[in-house]
Amino acid sequence: MIRVMISKPGLDGHDRGAKVIARALRDGGMEVIYTGIRQTPEQIVQAAIDEDVDILGISILSGAHMKLIPKILTLLKDKGSNIPIFVGGIIPDEDVNELKKMGVIQVYGPGTRTSEVIEEIKRYFEHANV
Amino acid sequence: MDKEEIEKKYKEWNDRTNSLTKKYPEEGNLKSSWSEDVKRLYTPLDVSDYSEIGFPGEYPYTRGVQNTMYRGKLWTMRQYAGFGTAEESNKRYKYLLEQGQSGLSIAFDLPTQIGYDSDDPHSLGEVGKVGVAIDSLTDMETLFEGIPLDKVSTSMTINSTASVLLAMYIAVGEKQGTKRDKLRGTIQNDILKEYIARGTYIYPPKPSMRIITNIFEFCSKEMPLWNTISVSGYHIREAGADAVQEVAFTLADGIEYVKSAISAGLDPNVFGKRLSFFFASHNNLLEEIAKFRAARRMWAKIMKEKFNVTDPEALKLRFHTQTSGSTLTAQQPENNIVRVTIQALAAVLGGTQSLHTNSMDEALALPTEDSVRTALRTQQIIGYESGVAKTVDPLAGSYYVESLTDEIEKKAFEYIKRIDEIGGMINAIEAGYVQQEISNSAYEYQKEIESKGQIIVGVNEFVMTENNQRVTLKVNDDLEKKQIEKLNKTRSKRDLQLVKNSLNKLREVAKTDGNIMYPIIDAVRVYATIGEISNTLREIFGEYKESVLI
Repeated sequence: MIRVMISKPGLDGHDRGAKVIARALRDGGMEVIYTGIRQTPEQIVQAAIDEDVDILGISILSGAHMKLIPKILTLLKDKGSNIPIFVGGIIPDEDVNELKKMGVIQVYGPGTRTSEVIEEIKRYFEHANV
Repeated sequence: MDKEEIEKKYKEWNDRTNSLTKKYPEEGNLKSSWSEDVKRLYTPLDVSDYSEIGFPGEYPYTRGVQNTMYRGKLWTMRQYAGFGTAEESNKRYKYLLEQGQSGLSIAFDLPTQIGYDSDDPHSLGEVGKVGVAIDSLTDMETLFEGIPLDKVSTSMTINSTASVLLAMYIAVGEKQGTKRDKLRGTIQNDILKEYIARGTYIYPPKPSMRIITNIFEFCSKEMPLWNTISVSGYHIREAGADAVQEVAFTLADGIEYVKSAISAGLDPNVFGKRLSFFFASHNNLLEEIAKFRAARRMWAKIMKEKFNVTDPEALKLRFHTQTSGSTLTAQQPENNIVRVTIQALAAVLGGTQSLHTNSMDEALALPTEDSVRTALRTQQIIGYESGVAKTVDPLAGSYYVESLTDEIEKKAFEYIKRIDEIGGMINAIEAGYVQQEISNSAYEYQKEIESKGQIIVGVNEFVMTENNQRVTLKVNDDLEKKQIEKLNKTRSKRDLQLVKNSLNKLREVAKTDGNIMYPIIDAVRVYATIGEISNTLREIFGEYKESVLI
């Protein structure tokens, strides 16, 4: 079973998307851990490693993504972890490209179907296993 | 036609229509947003007694809180704005005032809302992002530079740190020569919905409620024109609640605040006049209109029956409305202008006192100046061209709207009863009951969209391939650095001993049952920062930890 952590870094309290996606992934057959809001990058990285998750989802709508996501990526790298990251939220196009260059596997904007996220995550791990 | 005859004719008509539906089936989404079947037709049989509807400006206020409503004066057009530094926001406010906006509405960044200075590690990436960064009185002076506080009314979306921002506003007023009893405006100051839906809490519920009652008490003595709380359903709705839940949970929060004001010795007849509410307006035009009417009638009944309020002014539910951010789509963003128009129309037909219309590009980024202008123009077109403002409560008597108004009232009162049984709103929040109800609604709604039970134009139907290289607003990247430099400059210029003394004084008062507003005003005057003040209170009160539920 795919173990996924949904996290909310920074001070942003908009957790509707995070909660909906967490539930959808659970209903989609994954094991889901949700961190709750207002987590620091350090807390998220530590929790992801401690919980031994396969993939980490980051939800952010405050506009702080270009500071917080690189920090999470760096911290993971420092700890020798290669947990893949996907992002959901309001992320302008140019930042999406930038984040993907840094190694984020996918960025989901408003209007994304949860089934699309589930399928893509499953497909990612099928390919990873091959 | 009398009732019996209508009943008979209605039955005959329904039978005839049923036979037609074999050939012309009824299809599509025929349920209300709270999943009740919407009837094919509403008739006088669905409308309750006229005493429930009444007259505008009179109990039970279904038809509005003023006798003449918009015939006397249109609603206040108030766009929520703020970003980046105080200088940039100050410019945007002056622009909005020049464009004919009638009041200011300040958006603060998250560190300001949660009581962290801009150089606090928690503030990383958030400085100036969702609103303006305020660290000390220095920033507040810049924010209102050239804006006379005796002329404008200012609404501040601030909750956990409302006491600090209100203190700074008072201090800016003093410097401009305007005494606090002349200041007009509102602080949101609604902590309960922060635990439920919005997330900018600091302290646990009990000390938070104490701070709020301190503010109530202070303003009742010192700031007679200030609205001390805006009980907010907006964020509850945006987090996924349906229209019934929005009304129910908001009024249940309101009940909790009135209870605490009474326990602090305030008279609900006086205090009730300084309460205001804040709701969302969504796309379902008639439901939303009914929602506003139901909320008004329910609040009047609650104040009268539960709290024995007799002063009519304290029975009136006055409210601000904002159109719904969560209904805006990143796909085909021009369509959002239409959504906002429907939502704004609902607010006006529902009798709002003030209105913020969202901009079409808000699902993409912070709005640009052009899109903010179109949003404001939408209100002006409704006000000056559509004709809906010419008579009071024009939809009263619509069989459907009256029936919806009754239904929302009935269902929302059932929720309030349930919350009462749990032991009031604070218990219901601590048990996670309210959060779970909202989260269930949000999830069900998402499933509806994915199964196309709910069509969202441009998202799950009428989809186009778009080449959206749109111009969006960018918040300057070195803003954080600049803001921190400004903060350090303020820190180096102030008298540190005075700051220390003021914080010690605050600590002492916080430990007793004194009113913390007075020491907070003294602290901001000597340029203590929002982080220093909030951290002082964190030491005494502790911090809230949310119960994480999915």
